[in-house]
Amino acid sequence: METKYNDIIFKEKVVSLFEQNRAQFGANDTTRMSEERSKAFEQFKKVGFPDKKMEAWRNTNLKDVFAHNYNIQFSPVDEKSDFDKVFQCNIHNFDTQTIALYNGWYLSEDKHLITLPNGTIIGSLAQAIKEYPELVQKHYNKYTNIEENGLIALNTAFSQDGIFIYVPDNVKTYKTIQMVNILDKEDDLFIQNRNLIIVGKNAKLTILHCDDSYNYSRSFTNTVTEVFIDEGAEVDHYKLQNLNDSTTLINTTYFHQESYSKLTTNSITLNGGLIRNKINVVLNGEGGEANVFGVYLADKEQHIDNQVFVDHAKANCNSDELFKGIIDDNATAVFNGHILVRKDSQHTNASQTNRNMQLTDKATVYTKPFLEIYADDVKCNHGATIGQLDEEAMFYIQSRGIGDYDARLLLLYAFAAEVINKISVDTLRESIDDLVKKRLRGELAICDQCVLQCKDQEKTYEFKIDISKI
Amino acid sequence: MLKIKNLHVSINGKEILQGLNLKVNKGEVHAIMGPNGTGKSTLANIIAGKPGYHVDKGEIIYKGRNLFEMPPEERAQEGVFLGFQYPVEIPGVSMTNFMRTAINEHRKYKGLDPMSAGEFLKLMKEKQQLVEIHSKLTNRSVNEGFSGGEKKKNEIFQMAMLEPELAILDETDSGLDIDALKIVANGVNKLKTKDNATIVITHYQRLLDYIVPDFVHILFDGKIVKSGGKELALILEEKGYEWIKDESPN
Repeated sequence: METKYNDIIFKEKVVSLFEQNRAQFGANDTTRMSEERSKAFEQFKKVGFPDKKMEAWRNTNLKDVFAHNYNIQFSPVDEKSDFDKVFQCNIHNFDTQTIALYNGWYLSEDKHLITLPNGTIIGSLAQAIKEYPELVQKHYNKYTNIEENGLIALNTAFSQDGIFIYVPDNVKTYKTIQMVNILDKEDDLFIQNRNLIIVGKNAKLTILHCDDSYNYSRSFTNTVTEVFIDEGAEVDHYKLQNLNDSTTLINTTYFHQESYSKLTTNSITLNGGLIRNKINVVLNGEGGEANVFGVYLADKEQHIDNQVFVDHAKANCNSDELFKGIIDDNATAVFNGHILVRKDSQHTNASQTNRNMQLTDKATVYTKPFLEIYADDVKCNHGATIGQLDEEAMFYIQSRGIGDYDARLLLLYAFAAEVINKISVDTLRESIDDLVKKRLRGELAICDQCVLQCKDQEKTYEFKIDISKI
Repeated sequence: MLKIKNLHVSINGKEILQGLNLKVNKGEVHAIMGPNGTGKSTLANIIAGKPGYHVDKGEIIYKGRNLFEMPPEERAQEGVFLGFQYPVEIPGVSMTNFMRTAINEHRKYKGLDPMSAGEFLKLMKEKQQLVEIHSKLTNRSVNEGFSGGEKKKNEIFQMAMLEPELAILDETDSGLDIDALKIVANGVNKLKTKDNATIVITHYQRLLDYIVPDFVHILFDGKIVKSGGKELALILEEKGYEWIKDESPN
């Protein structure tokens, strides 16, 4: 008897769902979008879910994820979330404009799309397709590659909503825009989010992209985000992930940079069952700068995978990658960095570093730095390390009267701080700093301590030692 | 204050200390000299509590307590200080916060409240002057990018901050030029009181021109083979370690 693998069974379910409900997907699609949706569906039907036979998925196995059945929602949930609960809370002293996806759908009291006084448009992508089809169509699905893997194709076929942000030319948004993706549903959702961010010439945008669980349910989120950064524009992008241990999150972001634009993206993974961040950066104009940073803290049975692809498509661009991780218990961390310097991309400056601290023998780290260079006048370097807690440093600290627990904490925090210190928004850095410390002390809980939940703000956390300004 | 009796210590099965005896009283300065590889650093490390050593025999009594029953941090809180031969760089941990944390841990151990930021900064400034260390160094990460001399000065600075009862300086003179040596020695001399004791471990007599010991011990083959006053260092300087080998019963 032929045994079908779980991913095949789930693929068949997804395919028949789409075929039976084709009309429900993309009711407001433009002709091009609709065609691409169908094309993406055919692609998914052909390739299915990524598996370990693919080089890029060698160390991240989705098989176990599909051992569970997931539900797909075709329309927004009726039950309204406690809107205030979501919106009253921001990072303390942090002036943000918050928008949220609730179980994959845009959450709003009334309007699904708002225009800020400076002309910036933020809200639901589904609504933006209705109101600004030309603008959306110009960029939608232009930077993704549905052939990258089945999940990208699936997202393109299935996605119905997500976040839309448009910053017009020369507009500098003074408020940080906080995109929050909240999972709060009991029945094991499979969610396809699609976000589109367009930043005009010489504009500036700071975004905080949070993924938070509100309960302990199982879920599988497949997010694709496209970010277009026009000439001379500047984007500061922070991704904060604090999800429960039963969550699977595949987060793929495509950054497309035109000349003299500057991107800084920082992925902070505090918790999650299986998280994979795939970051694609195309430096498509001269003088571009991309800083791709990340820090990940994994323990228990968690699996955290960061994949970074930087394409130096044009000359005279700089890219800098720094990812650091602390891997405890039986957790697994994966890092794959790929820098491509094309033939005519002379005077490229590219650097790639991945450092891991492996705290137990049972923790696993796979790291693969990779440079692919076709130009001959470039400066590129890469490095990857897997190390343990420095015993000499432990003894040095202890010999000054600091106990082993605190000595260890000092060293772990100092290790992570190199990435956290790169966060340029002070209040955000302080908040994230605090979250990382709580996480290292084992005090960070899912659901009630996320960035949004400020109900417990009066609750102060006692640190045995002052590591606030290390 | 410190009594070491018939101490045998091995590392990875290799016996390093082979029956060492030493007694140190309050107010005394002891110098331990000897050629390389005779166990000088092992002695320093075993007193401070560095892991990895195996005590095969013997005991160390410090202020009436069995030192081996105390973890390294407790030894420090009880007043033991080790000036490292090779101070460790700790990127990401600032010197200021490292010291502040250490001092507050010491205070907590004594049942005192943490020191306020103002008090702490005042203390830091005072001690920086004592060891002539630049404040720009103490604003950096612990020992990170410090020169050899700066690292040694930083050890004495930490000693000044923590005011130990028993300071062990492991080859603090190695790698120092004469000016730095004078500064380090001067710091040690200023910190000396009638209630504390210092063990200076050195290879050369040079340091003892500046830190004058009450006793000099010669460590050879894992035990103290000769003890005497400061004049012993001069004889050793003149005759060299070969003299000890000839004198040694082994």
